[in-house]
This record gives sequence, C-alpha cells and structure tokens, in this order.
Amino acid sequence: MADSKDFIAGVDSNAKKSPRRIVFVTRRTSAQVKAETEDQMQTFPEALFRAAVAIMTLAVVLIWTALLFNAPLEGLADPSHTPNPAKAPWYFLGLQELLHYFPPVVAGVLIPGLVVMALIVIPYFKVNIEADGLFQKDREKRLRIFYIVAGALSLFLLVYKSHLYNYVLGIKGDAEPLYAGLVPSLIVAGLMTLASRSSSQSPSPLRRYLAGRPLSYWVMTWFLFELVVLTVIGTFFRGPGWSWVWPWQGS
Amino acid sequence: MAKTVDQYFDALQQTRVWRSVFRSGTGSSTLKRALAIQQNVFLHLFSTKVRTRMLSFSATWYLGTLTLGTFLILVATGIPLMLYYHPSVPQAYADTKDLQFVVSSGLFLRNLHRWSAHAMVFLVFAHMFKVFYRGAYRAPREFNWVMGVVLLLITLLLSYTGYLLPWDQLAYWAITVGSNIASAVPLVGEKIHFLLLGGNAVNANALLRFYVLHCMILPLTAIFFVAIHFWRIRKDGGLYAHFSEPSVLRIQGAKPSTSRKTSETWGTPSPVALASGKEAK
Repeated sequence: MADSKDFIAGVDSNAKKSPRRIVFVTRRTSAQVKAETEDQMQTFPEALFRAAVAIMTLAVVLIWTALLFNAPLEGLADPSHTPNPAKAPWYFLGLQELLHYFPPVVAGVLIPGLVVMALIVIPYFKVNIEADGLFQKDREKRLRIFYIVAGALSLFLLVYKSHLYNYVLGIKGDAEPLYAGLVPSLIVAGLMTLASRSSSQSPSPLRRYLAGRPLSYWVMTWFLFELVVLTVIGTFFRGPGWSWVWPWQGS
Repeated sequence: MAKTVDQYFDALQQTRVWRSVFRSGTGSSTLKRALAIQQNVFLHLFSTKVRTRMLSFSATWYLGTLTLGTFLILVATGIPLMLYYHPSVPQAYADTKDLQFVVSSGLFLRNLHRWSAHAMVFLVFAHMFKVFYRGAYRAPREFNWVMGVVLLLITLLLSYTGYLLPWDQLAYWAITVGSNIASAVPLVGEKIHFLLLGGNAVNANALLRFYVLHCMILPLTAIFFVAIHFWRIRKDGGLYAHFSEPSVLRIQGAKPSTSRKTSETWGTPSPVALASGKEAK
C-alpha cells in the first residue's frame, strides 16, 4: 500500500500562544482530536425550535392514532382460563419465539444476557472502533475465519431440531427447524461474501459500500435482522400452541 | 398608536418579576441567546451551540428528540390516568372500564398513553441502531452509549410494568409468560420471580408492585439517567459529527489532513488524544 504510514503528523502553527508541539495520531481513529471548525448555530432558538417542531409533529401523529384506534381491553383477568396462545408484549415476542426452540435457561437468560452485555461493551473494544472494511486487511486469514464461523453457524441452524436431529436423538414429535435463524444468517453471510469480492474500486455503488463495512457493522446488522424476523414471526405468524399460522387466517 | 404583541412582550420582559425569574435578561444577541441556555437549570444540560450540519434531518432523524417527546407525552397522560386508577384487584379492571366508557376523554387518554408507550419502545430501538450505524458510540462517548443501554432497559421495564395495570386477560397472561422467564435463571430464578411478583403467581401483590415501579421508581430512574445522557452529549463534545472524523475520511478515500487544513485540524490536541494515540500503538 502506498499510504502505509500508521500515523498522521500535524504541527501547531501558533507558536506565540502555545509552545510548538507535534502530534502523532496513530491508527487515525481517536475521536478526541479536534475536528476542523465548522458552522454552528445557537441552541436557542434554532435547535430548540426544531426539537419543538419534531415533538409537536410526533404529538399530532400520536393524537390522531389515539383518536382513530382504541387500545385493546379484554375481559377481566382470569387465572383459571389460559388464552391460547398467551403472548408477551410485542417487543418480547422475539424472545418468546426463541423460547419455542431453546430451553428457557438458554433463550430466556443466556441469550438476552449476552445481548445486553454485548451492547454495553461495544465501545470498549477496538474491533468495534475500526472503520476499515472487514476484508481489506488480512484478506485470506479473515476469509478463512468467516467461512468457518458462517459454515458452523449455518450447519447448527440447519440441523438443530430438524427431522435428522430428532431421528438421531430418538426424539418423538414434530421437527421444528430453525429457519427463522437460518434464513437471515444466510442472507447476511451472502452479503458478506459479496463484500469480500468487492473493493473500493468496484463499479457498483452497493459493492463499494459493502466493501467498506467493518466487522461490527456485520454483527450488528445480523442481530438487527434476526431481531426483526423473530419479532415479526412471534407477532403475526404464531397461533394456538405456538403453531405456525398465516396472518390472514385469523384465530 | 396601539402596541404590537412584540412590544407588550418586550415590556413584560423588562419587568422586575420577569427579571427575577429569568436570570439571563432580554435581548437577541448571541451572548443573550447563549445565556438563555446556560443560565437555565434544565437547558444548561445542553450546549449553547450546535453544529449546523447536525440539525439536518438526515444526521440524526431526530430519534433522540422524538423519544424525549414520547416520554413527555407519557408523563402528561400518565398523571391524569393515575387519578382514576386504583391498583387493587379487581378494582383496577373496573377503573380501566370506567376510563373507556365513563370518564370524559378517558378513552382518548388511555389510547394516547398506550400508543405513545409502543412508540417510545420502537423509537428507543431505532435511536440505538441509528447511533450505532453512525459510529457515535466511539470515544469519548463510550459511557453515554452505556447510559443509552441502561435507558433502553428502563424503557422496556416501564412498558412491561405498565402492561399489567389494566388487569385484563391480555395483561395478566402477558405478564405471566414474561415473568416465568425469570424463573429460568439458574439457582436464584425462583427467588427473583417471587421478588418481582410478591408471590408465586401474578396476583394483587404483583399488581401493586408493578404500579409502584411503573408510576414512581422507574420514571424517576429514567429522568435521572436521561439527565446524565443529555449532559454527557455536551461534555463529550456535542452531537457526533460523522464526516469530520479522521477514520471516516479515510474510508471515503479523502486525505484526513491536507496542508491547508493541518493547523485547523490538528492544532489543539487534548492531552487525551495524545494519550490514546500512544496507547493504540
């Protein structure tokens, strides 16, 4: 690479005000470095006015929603009569969908716990601060790791709770293959493969964009994709006994 | 000649009472406008200036602002709802029915509270992903990201505890399903489940606990963390300005420092920058 320096040097030119000093910013990722000065506006009134307009627009939308659609209210709570299916609030239906596949200690405790831990530690790991495309450096090695991880994950999602799995372990009952986990994973893995075959010189804008995505982007996108898919399935595609129903079939 | 509204307002701002309330005085100079933020107990959490670029819709989609908006609506609708509600079994359900059919605008209040709550959960998630994809969690904003994750959990708990309060079938079984997950925690699961519900099943004790959490403890906790969250935006250098970051400039193929910009860009590094630069090596 022609641009192989791993630091940028800059010099403070105002020697009268401050002693001359030289700065070495290695890896060029430090956010503390003062960016170039740019246009600013007064918070009062410009920013506050815009915030007020945004909040009022939201209020108008919500008030119209409240006027047009009634909040659900069912019969008095009855501990002796369990509705089927009994569903949690929508933002927990991704979790409830996971509970359908995994034992409670995995789906209810381990996975959400790990997700929260992972979210908290994001800014403290250098791999998440990197802004280089995943396959731009160490291409061969990273590709190997990617193929192994993606292959192992796909294989697990393909086999777990499948007919084969039940047959080998002698489990009676219906197979519940984890397609909800497999399909989004395969799509993201496909996009990553495309990214590995693209570069900043690729003709298509999409491929140039994908080539520049770091690892943190791929992990988060996979998580977001799974979160949306599992939540949508739990909300619209699950009926009595958590069996698969189509939204138009009713219940 | 009749005075205009503006003139009346100017005269009002000159009165002793007005001046005793608002410390910054009147005027539209840059100084006075800065003081309007800096001298106000609530607004001083924010910086007095914002980068023009960050005010464009595409920079943030105003997701954080909108989340605050839903929270304000939820407080404004939640307080009148509390006036018509008893957290006891089965009175809670009767009160909810009364809100639907007896109380003036009760149906509207409850609808607005419910839809705003759903909107808030959605907006908090959207805000988190937007911040992530902008890379705005990077140093020195790490801790504010952590505060954001805490606020996400508080929001989920607020929505979840509120879900039980109507005491209908939907509420009862949603909370039963959700709280059973707590039992799956190894060793202490049953204890947590019992602590949360005040019993082994969702009952009157659980309703009272969820009510206290929903109306007192969680909102106050949320306000506490929101204050830190806003204050840290200012302390961490304002809203994260994406395209001036050196790392991003490099991705786009631009040189981070040209000869013309060198003194501006790298002129006054903080000691922190020097330190972190060394660490990275």
